[in-house]
Amino acid sequence: MNVNQSAPPVPPFGQPQPVYAGYHQSSYGGQPGSTAPPTPYGAYNGPVPGYQQTLPPGVSRAPPSSEAPPASTAQAPCGQAAYGQFGQGDVQNGPSSTVQMQRFPGSQPFGSVPLAPVVSQPAVLQPYGPPPTSAQVTAQLAGMQISGAVAPALPPVGLGYGPPTSLASASGSFPNSGLYGSYPQGQAPPLSQAQGHLGAQPPQRSAPPQASSFTSPASGGPRMPSMTGPLLPGQGFGGPSVSQPNHVSSPPPQALPPGTQMTGPPGPPPPMHSSQQPGYQLQQNGSFGPARGPQPNYGGPYPGAPTFGSQPGPPQPLPPKRLDPDAIPSPIQVIEDDRNNRGSEPFVTGVRGQVPPLVTTNFLVKDQGNASPRYIRCTSYNIPCTSDMAKQAQVPLAAVIKPLARLPPEEASPYVVDHGESGPLRCNRCKAYMCPFMQFVEGGRRFQCCFCSCINDVPPQYFQHLDHTGKRVDAYDRPELSLGSYEFLATVDYCKNNKFPSPPAFIFMIDVSYNAIRSGLVRLLCEELKSLLDFLPREGGAEESEIRVGFVTYNKVLHFYNVKSSLAQPQMMVVSDVADMFVPLLDGFLVNVSESRAVITSLLDQIPEMFADTRETETVFAPVIQAGMEALKAAECAGKLFLFHTSLPIAEAPGKLKNRDDRKLINTDKEKTLFQPQTGAYQTLAKECVAQGCCVDLFLFPNQYVDVATLSVVPQLTGGSVYKYACFQVENDQERFLSDLRRDVQKLVGFDAVMRVRTSTGIRAVDFFGAFYMSNTTDVELAGLDGDKTVTVEFKHDDRLNEESGALLQCALLYTSCAGQRRLRIHNLALNCCTQLADLYRNCETDTLINYMAKFAYRGVLNSPVKTVRDTLITQCAQILACYRKNCASPSSAGQLILPECMKLLPVYLNCVLKSDVLQPGAEVTTDDRAYVRQLVTSMDVAETNVFFYPRLLPLTKSPIESATEPPAVRASEERLSNGDIYLLENGLNLFLWVGASVQQGVVQSLFSVSSFSQITSGLSVLPVLDNPLSKKVRGLIDSLRAQRSRYMKLIVVKQEDKLEMLFKHFLVEDKSLSGGASYVDFLCHMHKEIRQLLS
Amino acid sequence: MATYLEFIQQNEERDGVRFSWNVWPSSRLEATRMVVPLACLLTPLKERPDLPPVQYEPVLCSRTTCRAILNPLCQVDYRAKLWACNFCFQRNQFPPVYTCISEVNQPAELMPQFSTIEYVIQRGAQYPLIFLYVVDTCLEEDDLQALKESLQMSLSLLPPDALVGLITFGRMVQVHELSCERISKSYVFRGTKDLTAKQIQDMLGLTKPAMPMQQARPGQPQEQPLVSSRFLQPVHKIDMNLTDLLGELQRDPWPVTQGKRPLRSTGVALSIAVGLLEGTFPNTGARIMLFTGGPPTQGPGMVVGDELKVPIRSWHDIEKDNARFMKKATKHYEMLANRTATNGHCIDIYACALDQTGLLEMKCCANLTGGHMVMGDSFNTSLFKQTFQKIFSKDFNGDFRMAFGATLEVKTSRELKVAGAIGPCVSLNVKGPCVSENELGVGGTSQWKICGLDPTSTLGIYFEVVSQHNAPVPQGGRGAIQYVTRYQHSSTQRRIRVTTIARNWADAQSQLRHIEAAFDQEAAAVLMARLGVFRAESEEGPDVLRWLDRQLIRLCQKFGQYNKEDPTSFRLSDSFSLYPQFMFHLRRSPFLQVFNNSPDESSYYRHHFARQDLTQSLIMIQPILYSYSFHGPPEPVLLDSSSILADRILLMDTFFQIVIYLGETIVQWRKAGYQDMPEYENFRHLLQAPLDDAQEILQARFPMPRYINTEHGGSQARFLLSKVNPSQTHNNLYAWGQETGAPILTDDVSLQVFVDHLKKLAVSSAC
Repeated sequence: MNVNQSAPPVPPFGQPQPVYAGYHQSSYGGQPGSTAPPTPYGAYNGPVPGYQQTLPPGVSRAPPSSEAPPASTAQAPCGQAAYGQFGQGDVQNGPSSTVQMQRFPGSQPFGSVPLAPVVSQPAVLQPYGPPPTSAQVTAQLAGMQISGAVAPALPPVGLGYGPPTSLASASGSFPNSGLYGSYPQGQAPPLSQAQGHLGAQPPQRSAPPQASSFTSPASGGPRMPSMTGPLLPGQGFGGPSVSQPNHVSSPPPQALPPGTQMTGPPGPPPPMHSSQQPGYQLQQNGSFGPARGPQPNYGGPYPGAPTFGSQPGPPQPLPPKRLDPDAIPSPIQVIEDDRNNRGSEPFVTGVRGQVPPLVTTNFLVKDQGNASPRYIRCTSYNIPCTSDMAKQAQVPLAAVIKPLARLPPEEASPYVVDHGESGPLRCNRCKAYMCPFMQFVEGGRRFQCCFCSCINDVPPQYFQHLDHTGKRVDAYDRPELSLGSYEFLATVDYCKNNKFPSPPAFIFMIDVSYNAIRSGLVRLLCEELKSLLDFLPREGGAEESEIRVGFVTYNKVLHFYNVKSSLAQPQMMVVSDVADMFVPLLDGFLVNVSESRAVITSLLDQIPEMFADTRETETVFAPVIQAGMEALKAAECAGKLFLFHTSLPIAEAPGKLKNRDDRKLINTDKEKTLFQPQTGAYQTLAKECVAQGCCVDLFLFPNQYVDVATLSVVPQLTGGSVYKYACFQVENDQERFLSDLRRDVQKLVGFDAVMRVRTSTGIRAVDFFGAFYMSNTTDVELAGLDGDKTVTVEFKHDDRLNEESGALLQCALLYTSCAGQRRLRIHNLALNCCTQLADLYRNCETDTLINYMAKFAYRGVLNSPVKTVRDTLITQCAQILACYRKNCASPSSAGQLILPECMKLLPVYLNCVLKSDVLQPGAEVTTDDRAYVRQLVTSMDVAETNVFFYPRLLPLTKSPIESATEPPAVRASEERLSNGDIYLLENGLNLFLWVGASVQQGVVQSLFSVSSFSQITSGLSVLPVLDNPLSKKVRGLIDSLRAQRSRYMKLIVVKQEDKLEMLFKHFLVEDKSLSGGASYVDFLCHMHKEIRQLLS
Repeated sequence: MATYLEFIQQNEERDGVRFSWNVWPSSRLEATRMVVPLACLLTPLKERPDLPPVQYEPVLCSRTTCRAILNPLCQVDYRAKLWACNFCFQRNQFPPVYTCISEVNQPAELMPQFSTIEYVIQRGAQYPLIFLYVVDTCLEEDDLQALKESLQMSLSLLPPDALVGLITFGRMVQVHELSCERISKSYVFRGTKDLTAKQIQDMLGLTKPAMPMQQARPGQPQEQPLVSSRFLQPVHKIDMNLTDLLGELQRDPWPVTQGKRPLRSTGVALSIAVGLLEGTFPNTGARIMLFTGGPPTQGPGMVVGDELKVPIRSWHDIEKDNARFMKKATKHYEMLANRTATNGHCIDIYACALDQTGLLEMKCCANLTGGHMVMGDSFNTSLFKQTFQKIFSKDFNGDFRMAFGATLEVKTSRELKVAGAIGPCVSLNVKGPCVSENELGVGGTSQWKICGLDPTSTLGIYFEVVSQHNAPVPQGGRGAIQYVTRYQHSSTQRRIRVTTIARNWADAQSQLRHIEAAFDQEAAAVLMARLGVFRAESEEGPDVLRWLDRQLIRLCQKFGQYNKEDPTSFRLSDSFSLYPQFMFHLRRSPFLQVFNNSPDESSYYRHHFARQDLTQSLIMIQPILYSYSFHGPPEPVLLDSSSILADRILLMDTFFQIVIYLGETIVQWRKAGYQDMPEYENFRHLLQAPLDDAQEILQARFPMPRYINTEHGGSQARFLLSKVNPSQTHNNLYAWGQETGAPILTDDVSLQVFVDHLKKLAVSSAC
């Protein structure tokens, strides 16, 4: 690769550099600036020049790269540097890189060719660290360079190297050195830089994450020196984190913290890390400073890494063989870095276009005019000004909106504003609601709409004088003038039929067919409901929930219950006319729990008895929903149906279904039919439900195929949830079901909602993904909406945007609260606009991007063959990255893979999406599972998709028992598992406890209370409660993981080498999957190939 | 004459039969000229305390087309043990068990006094009686409460092993399951959708045998309860349950907005009741008892929309063809009634509301199945409560006065054919040699089904003489008719009651006086009235009146003695003397006049007219008026305005109403409080006497009449004033100011005018 790269690099460099400049500016600029403020900036500002400079020197790009670093700041300034180094190194020093490569044996295989497999800058960095990776990759791909965006950085580095040695010198040196020699140097610096960037070169990678932020590398030249110093390592760490947020400030602190952090994280974590880290550090110190602690292997390799520099020459040959997994961007590292860098300070939303911390980071939000990222996350916080640019970049512009997101207790929920009878103040033309971006003019008598520029009169009662800055004097007294999120009390005009709504109702609809009875479900459920009804959602400090409840049981026919408080016994009313469903009673069906407590209890006691002898196996489904909806209609309220259903509805009735499960359709053009509903009846029904504000939550307990694709249509379109418990057995699944049920019943829900996303002129919301119904192109109608439901909105340009005014989003949600109050919740968000592609790439959020892409793809399978969908995804991703490479990355060899810092995880995540059950089902995945997952993902938020596609793998026995913090995760790959350890794996739906075959007996004893590994029951779902620190800790950890997720994750204990391990391995997403899914490394290579094809 | 009167009375007492003619004209032509058809009023189950049923089965004629039953009119050859059928003359062997009969050892059926005899059939399974309550819940609170109490009370009156079921309806229809222990369970149906019997049974889960139960306990297949047991349970088993269930019945919970009628799904409720029984207990005795408090307002069988501003149809609307729902609704209920009749069940309608409840449309349900129809203002009145109670009254044997699933078969000797029947029956469409081609009433058959009947249920049966004029009946010959009523007794026994009667033939030309003397003008009036009412159901009112008039004139022409064109010479013999007067009152009766009556009322009156026995029918045609005064014991007086005197108390019985009317002076006395003074005790007695008499009538009557206590000048006095013959009106001025009676403000003709007119027409040769 290097070799290859070398060749191409030259030209690319030239180009890339400018890009870099861009990069630097963004991330680097910030960070670097801080570190080496002046210089870096200078570099930034003049990045180009800098670059150019570098360039020149970079005859061998390397040199320029060195300079570039500053310029490159943005991307992988560091990374780039690193990359550059790599690349260059690789290129030029092909061998050198290889050397590194060599180290990583694993890697070698990959990068058969010494190509510069520069992976994403940051992550990559680490991998890079092993620059070899790049080499390796290159090797493999021959042409492919994985080097992330970093690549560009590299060059600079290279450049820098030469001269600044101190700097990323590495890079500089690399190039110059041409070989590894340079690397080491380069690496060192690059790391720091790279990290900042991201995928900066391998070296960086190692350090990159941390470093990346630092990347300050941007600081480039100047820093470099400093960097090189001891700082490097430290910088690497601190730098990166800081870099992103606050460029300036960050650098310095970064430097310090980084070091600490770096060490910190690795250190504290399990020995593994520590060891690795140390290794890294070493490496880093040695070469990068930014050594990434992540992979164990690293340790080894890294150390080597440093060597690289020296080794360069020799290693090359070997490395080419394989791309070292450690050398490619690591999600773990990125997450860790972000946590370390951004978790400590609150995220203040006052500044337009700020990229928030990752979803995996715990941070506080201070609302200062923009909506919290908990409510809205965007794929990019910097929108191209023109649609041409947008098309060029192919980066989807999307926002993931979670209007009723739950906030941590430390953050205040949105203020409720009551404007009395006049209702909320809105723009006359576009109907946007008053928000902090509205401009008051003419002394406050008018305001100009920030969305459509219409000048509106300020109503007298709302008038207020302006201060000297043109701001209303009362701006800070009014949430709608100072906050990003707030609520208005709606007036009667906003209500259906011009009547204030009555409090909503919950209707529990229980399948009492043979299967449900036999599995014990009915008894369990009835028992649980008795207590659960005390915990219906309440609003604010209300003593008692306003929500009324009703009960229906059904099999082939429906049984309604009259539980009026005046009755001594409940009355059952059977409706057999399922073909033409109706509600048999009104009064007494929906009741207040406390008033009818005795009757309800009596009912719930009797239901299991009444049907104990049932032999009815057939069920209906559509009529059940219809009945619930009619009941709400009759009661003139909105509400939610809780359906507990067991089997394919084959009884003669509307919505009757056939068993159409046919695995033979997989991978054919007809595969899409498996995801499509069997009949249109459910859509029609859903439409009626939405009109009535009837949300449907479906709990499925199938023993066989139930056609989830069809059954979930109504929940999906009404904003409800689907829960599926295959082969439900009370003993095993009770905990999970009850926990889900409790949460589902207790959570706050908004009903009968309409969401509208308004944007400032120039862009427009064009597409929506999620669980809702749309009867026109703009209004998202949600029969029900809870704090877990997310709507992803895609925007397209319809005009030019103005860089100065940016782009504004306003999401207005009109809904009925649990207490029956009609409200409007408003979220505002201002984004930057850019004319430079680099700005776009620097302000992207990969997690959000993946969220969008997954939803896009999952919707695509309804209409297109799965293969087409997969290809589309790959192509789009390649285009995004190619565009970056072409326009933003500093020139480097074509063999280098250069990833934007912000997107260095895109390939790995995308690969996870591609090999997910929906898009590439394994043999054991049922059609129902796929449909289930498909619809689940549709309303997931970013955090959920993140962990769903890339599960968290936590080693339990590596860190000292005493440590209170969650152990640092490891990458989801079998290679990372050590058979002497125990791991937890979770993806938001599943939770595995993997036990290595040679785990210490003591550990086994203290966790499982059995004496040896062989005595552990495979498939165990509950850990014994034992009074020892380890057991407590593990159980505590499991509990806390569960608490983080919206669904209860049932634990499955998997023993190494056990049958169940297959299931577990399915979640090791970096590995090749049995169903044919590519391993991370393979995919990265593939991606690289695609990109190169595009570039050529 | 006396002999004929006695003969008639004796026959009625023994056989429950009254013929219009007790000597029959021997030829078809002559019979036609008699104007009043040869017909009879038959009370099939007339109470006969002196007639114990025999515990064996009847002996049938062996000819398959005859199958007449051995009766006293048959010729018996005791030696050969043969008997000759008196209808087809077939000679039949007696069955083996009759071997020891002789002239002195006759079986009961051969004895002359047993011209009516009842057999108890021992064969066949006996099913308990079934009572299915169909209850409207769209009632006012106190109405519903009263109804609930009545229903609860009725449980104690039912035979303990009777099956009982409950369906309630309002906007929805609920079929209550009675077998459940703790939770009350019901099946609910939409009130707007008609369902076939099959659908209903599917939805009620009645079609599938209770397989699970069987599987669960394979050892006891016999004890497997009937599938329908969930809805129909023996009273003794679920007495308490059902009482509680009724107690918990709520008013229909669906809100009724102002200006609307409650949505009431009577049509579907009935349909479900019919379907339920149809599937589970066809051809066993069952009563569907519909209690409704208003018109059906939705679904099939709706009579009026739910908008209050649109009033329910009136006769005016019907004439103008302005009753949008009537035809469809009628069709619906007719369909139900026919199905019910086919299954041998009967439908009672208890309609209590101030406005109409759609009886016009629903009447066929009761009419065709022999069910009761009761109309009242509210369930919270003694009228309803006592009427309802009376349904469950018992006879001298302690049996309920009801019978089910009867078929009435009429066999005639060859000179006669059956032309039809009018009464609470449906045709079974059994053709035979004795069925006439000319129909009067429900004809074309020799058998009818009467799903529900009681001891007073009376049918009018019309015959046709078929012998030709040139083949007269031999002198002294007798025509015979046999009525065979097979029914389920309230004790659930299957029984057969056989009545065989014979009457002499007479040659109308030579023996007209004879025939004339044997004319039963009361029976004839009722039978003609039934024909008239029957026609009125399908024809325009005036046409029917004209037809009646013509018949009357022709009768007078035939049997009057007069000189042509001399009205003053006109005389009628005693046996015809009252007939014109009956016709006069019949013309004014609510059975033929719809003026001042709602369609529902007309239906109600006609319903009862078509099933009551002769006495009651006559009261209906010409109400009875008693006068109470200090001048003597109470006496019947003319139903005439001249009877309304100031110092009298009048008691009028129209069958449907009992009116006590205090004359002007009496009122003043009462106001003065004389009745409370010991020295005027006689006045108190005078006031009390009509009340006591009224009570007596009230006790005996079913349905309970409306009891009206009014006085001179009282608004309710209209009931009296509208009935009496308006001999004094504002038109005949001479009456003004006289003390002889009360003028009636009406343009109706008085009896005097009517008779004058009749005489004129009768003697005129023009017609």
